[in-house]
Amino acid sequence: MAAISVENLTKVFNGLRAVDGISFEVKEGELFGLLGPNGAGKTTTLNMLATLIRPTSGKAFVSGFDVWKEKNKVRKSIGMVFQEPALDNYLTGRENLEFHGMMYGLSRREAKERVKEALKIVELEEFADKLVETYSGGMKRRLEIARALVHQPKILFLDEPTLGLDAQTRRRIWDYIKKLNKERGVTIILTTHYMEEADFLAQRVAIIDYGKIVALDDPENLKNLLGGDVISVEVDNPRNAKKVFEELPWVKKLNHENGIFYLQVEKGEEKIPLLIKIDDKKAGFKIKSINLRKPTLEDVFLHFTGRTIREREASQAERFKERARIHRR
Amino acid sequence: MEINLTAIYILWLREMKRFFRSWSRMVSMLMMPLFFLIFLGFGFKGAFFPGVGYTKDYIHFLVPGVIGMTLISTSIMAGLSVLWDREFGFLKEIMVAPVTRVSIVIGRIVGGMTTSLIQAILILIISIGMGFTFYNFSSFLLTVLIMILISSGFIGLGLIFASIMRDIQGFGLITQMIIMPLMFLSGAIFPLTNLPRLLRYVSYLDPLTYGVEGLRRALVGFSFLPFWLDFLVLVSFSAFSIILGSYLFEKSEV
Repeated sequence: MAAISVENLTKVFNGLRAVDGISFEVKEGELFGLLGPNGAGKTTTLNMLATLIRPTSGKAFVSGFDVWKEKNKVRKSIGMVFQEPALDNYLTGRENLEFHGMMYGLSRREAKERVKEALKIVELEEFADKLVETYSGGMKRRLEIARALVHQPKILFLDEPTLGLDAQTRRRIWDYIKKLNKERGVTIILTTHYMEEADFLAQRVAIIDYGKIVALDDPENLKNLLGGDVISVEVDNPRNAKKVFEELPWVKKLNHENGIFYLQVEKGEEKIPLLIKIDDKKAGFKIKSINLRKPTLEDVFLHFTGRTIREREASQAERFKERARIHRR
Repeated sequence: MEINLTAIYILWLREMKRFFRSWSRMVSMLMMPLFFLIFLGFGFKGAFFPGVGYTKDYIHFLVPGVIGMTLISTSIMAGLSVLWDREFGFLKEIMVAPVTRVSIVIGRIVGGMTTSLIQAILILIISIGMGFTFYNFSSFLLTVLIMILISSGFIGLGLIFASIMRDIQGFGLITQMIIMPLMFLSGAIFPLTNLPRLLRYVSYLDPLTYGVEGLRRALVGFSFLPFWLDFLVLVSFSAFSIILGSYLFEKSEV
């Protein structure tokens, strides 16, 4: 049985299709990523799966429970870490976690034990009895991950788990997430707009844009879809270079812009020596620089949507502001 | 509808911990009723004006009013505190927990009521220090009952406002536009019989009027309105606002 299965799930806010008929499945024990720009519908999807908001239409099952009809069962089987901190700042870290445990039906003693264990996983034992008010952003996020583990859910929802954290803290959180998935077999579904996060963590990635899934596969396959690596070559005589490059049998696609050629090739690192061997005099041009780039999920996003994720974010932010303005009137 | 007692207890405990940890908040909440109690209480000591004469002196007239004031402001704020939880994200954590919304509402009301009553009783103790005496000590239980009715009613009202406002922008507005007028209209600090007829009619629409009257009857044995009326209005107001407040809260999405 799939841990999560989603069929034609849709959410309409004020006439805007925030999530537009998406379908996917997450296998048990899988680390699944929803990748897309802000406003693409990732958080809305997660909130619908967590029964926090009601879908407009479509079906979704979490741990086999219907998000329409079996809200409490769904809630009991998931742990959730929200995009923004959802902690009580005037309680200590330990109190936040113990309260959580008891809300999920643990006895006081059980809660205390599990909290201790959860705090150990995220290495916060030392600060457990300090008010959350005094925590840094990274500590808060770690505490929230620990909290989501207290009731030992089979499925963990992480909404932008490293948003706004520095590189070092991010790395550490990635490690916890991987460890949870690997050692405890927790099924994890995470949303992110960081390409490298999806690439590093997720076993399968769904790329989501304007509320729709535009691609879904494991990150390697997605990148391979683009036809391999890109070598950019800067030359002094583009006209002559073009003739030569066009005749290279291993170049799958050739683009050219401002004296720089973009060669789409497979195994780019093996093709660089071949480029260097080209005889300057015979070919009639000199190579000024060579650069090899492996495709990233950013390129995949560009390929499927025609824009980079950052451009998309800017335009989507605009769109939402516009909506909000219309709505407020 | 299932009610989770543990969840109610947890939410109540959270309220207690927060309350006893932030003395500054409590002091600032009690400041206004204390000012009224001390400055009006001493300032008009021995003064006579019509309507007050039925009670021993002005301070005996004032104390039930100031307690009513304390209850209305602390209770509305307790209901509105949902907005703070929403602002700081904690509401999501509560909403995603496997407990019914009704339990969450009850937990909130019980927690808010406890803190509100603690503050009202503190004011009562301070006024005893200022020379206030009970008309009949056994009436203390009746006083607490009325305090509970006032408090639950206004927490419900706070919940209603919290659902309508959705963010903390209008927080100050509530204090200015709701709490202050309701307080002055309730006859907490002067006898309503001195008001022009029109204003007096308006004051009958203010649920706190019946609260203050009920408190006055229980504490000093005097009121303008019959006690059964006070009690009836308070029970209906409390039931109405709690039911509507819970309904709106339950409907709201994070």
